Amino acid sequence: MIKIENISKNYNNVKALKKVSFNVKDGQLFGLIGPDGAGKTSLFRILTTLLIPSEGKASIDNFDTVKNYKEIRRIIGYMPERFSLYMDLTVQENLNFFATVFNTTIEENYDLIKDIYQMLEPFKNRKAGDLSGGMKQKLALSCALIHQPKYLLLDEPTTGVDPVSRKDFWEMLQKLQTKGLTTLVSTPFMDDAELCDEVALIQNGEIMSIDSPKNITQKYPHKLWEIITLNNYHTLKILDNFTNKISAFAFGNAIHLACSEKTNKEDIESFLAQNNIKAKSIKIINPRIEDAFMELMT
Amino acid sequence: MTAEKVIKVKKLNKTFGKFIAVNNISFDVKKGEIFGFLGANGAGKTTAIKMLTGILSSTSGEATVAGYDINKQRNKLKENIGYMSQKFSLYEDLTLKENIRFYGGIYGLSNKQIKQKTNEVLERLNLQKIENTLISEIPLGWKQKIAFSVAIIHNPKIVFLDEPTSGVDPITRRQFWNLIYQATQDGITVFVTTHYMDEAEYCDRISMMVEGNIKAIGSVEQLLVKYKSKNMDEVFIKLARNNENI
Amino acid sequence: MRTFKSFVSKEFKHIFRDKRTLVILFGMPIVLVVLFGFAITTEINNAQIGILNLSKDSYSVKLENKIVSSGYFKINNELQSYKQISELFSKGNVKLVVVIPDKFGKNLINNKNVNIQVITDASDPNTANILSNYLSAIIHDFSNEENIITQSNIIINTELLYNPENKSVYMFVPGVMTIILMLISAMMTSITIAREKELGTMEILLVSPLKPIIIVIGKIIPYLLLSLINAITILLLGLFVFGMPMNGSYILLGLEILLFVLSSLILGLLISTISNSQQTAMLISLMGLMLPTILLSGFIFPISSMPQILQIISHIIPAKWFIIIIKSIMLKGTGFQPIAIETYILIITTIILTAITIKKFKIRLE
Repeated sequence: MIKIENISKNYNNVKALKKVSFNVKDGQLFGLIGPDGAGKTSLFRILTTLLIPSEGKASIDNFDTVKNYKEIRRIIGYMPERFSLYMDLTVQENLNFFATVFNTTIEENYDLIKDIYQMLEPFKNRKAGDLSGGMKQKLALSCALIHQPKYLLLDEPTTGVDPVSRKDFWEMLQKLQTKGLTTLVSTPFMDDAELCDEVALIQNGEIMSIDSPKNITQKYPHKLWEIITLNNYHTLKILDNFTNKISAFAFGNAIHLACSEKTNKEDIESFLAQNNIKAKSIKIINPRIEDAFMELMT
Repeated sequence: MTAEKVIKVKKLNKTFGKFIAVNNISFDVKKGEIFGFLGANGAGKTTAIKMLTGILSSTSGEATVAGYDINKQRNKLKENIGYMSQKFSLYEDLTLKENIRFYGGIYGLSNKQIKQKTNEVLERLNLQKIENTLISEIPLGWKQKIAFSVAIIHNPKIVFLDEPTSGVDPITRRQFWNLIYQATQDGITVFVTTHYMDEAEYCDRISMMVEGNIKAIGSVEQLLVKYKSKNMDEVFIKLARNNENI
Repeated sequence: MRTFKSFVSKEFKHIFRDKRTLVILFGMPIVLVVLFGFAITTEINNAQIGILNLSKDSYSVKLENKIVSSGYFKINNELQSYKQISELFSKGNVKLVVVIPDKFGKNLINNKNVNIQVITDASDPNTANILSNYLSAIIHDFSNEENIITQSNIIINTELLYNPENKSVYMFVPGVMTIILMLISAMMTSITIAREKELGTMEILLVSPLKPIIIVIGKIIPYLLLSLINAITILLLGLFVFGMPMNGSYILLGLEILLFVLSSLILGLLISTISNSQQTAMLISLMGLMLPTILLSGFIFPISSMPQILQIISHIIPAKWFIIIIKSIMLKGTGFQPIAIETYILIITTIILTAITIKKFKIRLE
């Protein structure tokens, strides 16, 4: 289990983390969701024993991250924010190097990395620097897995990666979970949250909510409407004057409008009609993590 | 919307040795449009943007941006475009005001114009209080909004945005897109890349690059119908998955 | 052991795949040798000299007093025989020896010509030249004053020891060699570690069970080898292009080079503990090492004529001791004994630097 108790981290005057607490249970795929600058990387560095918290304590498998850092370093696999690979070494050389660093070989742990490695194999003699973003990400993951860690800590593994590679990556994580790995992963993509068992939403160094993705969206306190109009930008401006409105945000080609409980479809329709806007569709929807996140932010 | 075309690309090619980074792409972008330029990592997006902004010369084919040839009239071209990316935007060790003044100076604005623009930007973003704060001390989301305002400080015909909202929180991301809409109201054409597919849906038209080719182009509705998808995420995956080579 | 081997082989791959590093590594010696081909003159104060007074009469003592009262010279040793001259020189403190011949005063009174011998250690040609010029002027002065009682001439014979052709090459090749070895060793190690920090790979290495000592030694070994190759290149340049003599033992020279390179590599590691980017590492190496080394090692400016405070600082610069060592071995052909103290100083410096580096080497990011 990863235990985080009242962790704070200050850099000079900046408070990167403010009394953060949560647990990651064994076998979980746990998501730490929040924008850049929320404190995700600081938390990862504390857990990976690279930083000492200003306050509070954390442990992995009952090993304290400060006192027992040597033990922790043996049981975790870590992928820092940037893909930390040797760009001038080939795929094979990178893997071999990291294998020997952990005193093991690719063959010994082939089982765990097989699926990912097979995707990399055609490029095994290519330099890491010449790989595409998606491939670099797969290689970095393989390197983090090479010593069969019990805990996998991935700091923004999908940043700067296209939707396809991102989807592949999450599929790999879910597969790894079936092999008993405990994973803590951070991401600024709200949609990624829905693939986790449990998520912590973090903003400005504070945890806003910890729960399963399902519960987080269920806890969303308002009725949420999806409105599609011809010119959503214009519609959003007009909606500012809608008295029942709690919040309104653009979501792709639609608008998500949170309204007071008593509001019904007719109210919205007539308001739009008064302002010469014709809605293509108006319906009640289930909120998404991003809706919940924005609700918690405001 | 007038049919004036501010970007015209015809059979544009770029090869590095044997590697074809951009393979005979052709497309137009209309004035005032928000044009989403999507593609997987390594599909050739960055190379294409570099050519269109006059940083990299093309191997063959032709293209004009804001009416200027991308190979022959680079200086004129650069005066008429703005550029902002996630990686490079503002000088961290200069204050907000100093950054605006610097970029204004680069584009040949007079002192009076710079002063006026500075006030405009500060007012629009509501940042008067932090005008003398170093950029390094400003949160990422605000920085990106400032960077965008700076990129259009000289009223360019077109602004190129390369993953401008990567890592920005959801509310600020939407505020950023509001700025984009405002800019298009002023007649600025926006050429944008993103990995957020909901943002792709904010665009008027989208092109999708796969392996150096433009595999699809059209409005969100057209693409959703054509590829029988619920959202752009699906469209993207369908298009990119057909070519498994990464 | 397997981990260690793999680490070293990784380092070599980095080096050989980066063409720029290779160019710097092997192009820098040539460029620097050319650049430092210009010698620089300076003034002398209180230079230590030896005197071999074979007559010991009132006139010769008068001359001795005149030399000392000039303020330029200080007598380090009163010698008894010719044999002691070379002994004194190999100790290294004395740059010049004056030999006053037998029956000095008697010959002067009898209007006979006398020969005064001035022997200089010309392995440091600037200093040697300046010293002998000053001394000649003093002796001429003396002879003019004494002309009231005598018409005899004093003839000065200047002899240049160790560097008979008075070539300044002999001065700058050891200096350049020292500086290049120092820079390559210190700069390259500090940069490679800084690069791992920049790339983020250092984070992974730190998080792995890899022991810091393996990282440290793994970084040192490849550059130790490369620096030795570099030393050979510079030596060959010195010997064949500039015609440096090599009068001492190659084995001794090799061992001393090894020691010096090691101290510089550790210095590089120390720099890397305080720099987070390649740029910082490069700047600190250049500003913090190269300039003080060039200025205070006695390579260009004689230490004896520096202000007291700089003279003291110069003692902690390993390069200063190393320059003395290689000059002794190559030009004077000395064995270990005369350079023992310098060698011990280098060894102690290296040990101290290692201790500091190990203490400062971070097992975390802060």
